[in-house]
Amino acid sequence: MSDVLYQALLKNGLLIAFAFVGATVGVSYWVSQRFTAGRLHGSAIAVFAGLLLAYAGGVTTGGKNGIADVPALAGIGLLGGSMLRDFAIVATAFGASFADLRRSGLPVVVALFVGILISFLCGAMVAIAFGYRDAVSITTLGAGAVTYIVGPVTGAALGATSEVMALSIAAGLVKAILVMLVTPLVAKRIGLDNPHTAMIFGGTLGTNSGVAAGLAGTDPKLVPYGVMAATFYTGLGCLLAPSVLFFAIRLVFP
Amino acid sequence: MVIYGVALLALCSVLGLLMGEALGYLFGVKSNVGGVGFAMVLLIGMTGWLTNRGWFKPMSASGIVFWSGMYIPIVVAMAAQQNVVGAIKGGPIALLAGAGSVALSFALVPALARLGRAPRAAASNSAPSSKPKEQG
Repeated sequence: MSDVLYQALLKNGLLIAFAFVGATVGVSYWVSQRFTAGRLHGSAIAVFAGLLLAYAGGVTTGGKNGIADVPALAGIGLLGGSMLRDFAIVATAFGASFADLRRSGLPVVVALFVGILISFLCGAMVAIAFGYRDAVSITTLGAGAVTYIVGPVTGAALGATSEVMALSIAAGLVKAILVMLVTPLVAKRIGLDNPHTAMIFGGTLGTNSGVAAGLAGTDPKLVPYGVMAATFYTGLGCLLAPSVLFFAIRLVFP
Repeated sequence: MVIYGVALLALCSVLGLLMGEALGYLFGVKSNVGGVGFAMVLLIGMTGWLTNRGWFKPMSASGIVFWSGMYIPIVVAMAAQQNVVGAIKGGPIALLAGAGSVALSFALVPALARLGRAPRAAASNSAPSSKPKEQG
């Protein structure tokens, strides 16, 4: 009997994910109202709850996909996977202003380059501080601080060791998770309350999942602007890190 | 009908992602370059064009609005499948590199945002002849 029911659960993974995430969001909004008087946005708490669940899932299953590695909750993987994520993010652009997007064009390009360079340098400096002296490892770790996709893409292109690749992915994950958590808290202080700043923010921070979740917890109306800019960040990072940035690092560490 | 909105959204998403893949391929990059961004521009442009002709009814729009509203739950599901354990296990190098880049990037946002604002403020204050179009 219980086995039959369990199999039925497994077959309806996406539906379970809807109910499970709905409950998580509901509890989070309640916590937001009850304990922070709405000051900390319900969706920011929901993202934090999601990360806690991911941690719990990772500890209990030993897998890499957080709570989605629990078989009955595998539907979370589909619901939060790249296909539906991109689909919903594109939908948020419905009603966004074309004029606002165009006005911020050039500053966003500057933000993209500056953001990638700053993150890369920060990662590279940490690598140097921890004793790495070969250009490939330093570049790969720097690329990891750009995003957790730029890191392994760069490492694979340059032939980095798997230990350095894993570290660079971890650095990118730390970045994404921190952006999710910190954005709603510092939004006021950095003036993140209008489409223009949201685009600059997306271009500077760049990590897609971080920007998407961070803005959701700040002001959902800003999401399309931030994500619009961030969508170029990883691609540009994959372009710059294994080429120009690697050559620059190799000048210093031949 | 609701499906018209969903179909239009899907069409724009897929076309945008394909453009991003093509751009990545042309640059020799193993990554999608700007796919979601292109999809957003397509969606804004196409819904505007269809609305102007009276072909895009509120019922069709509800097919897009629904998915826009599903965005936060989807992001929560995305957060719930991150490799949080892996990020913490990365140790001090990963933590410092990630946290440092976030702190520096956040600190730069106000300055970079002003950079974009300055020409507009200058245009309205001192140089009325400068064309706003050229701000990109």
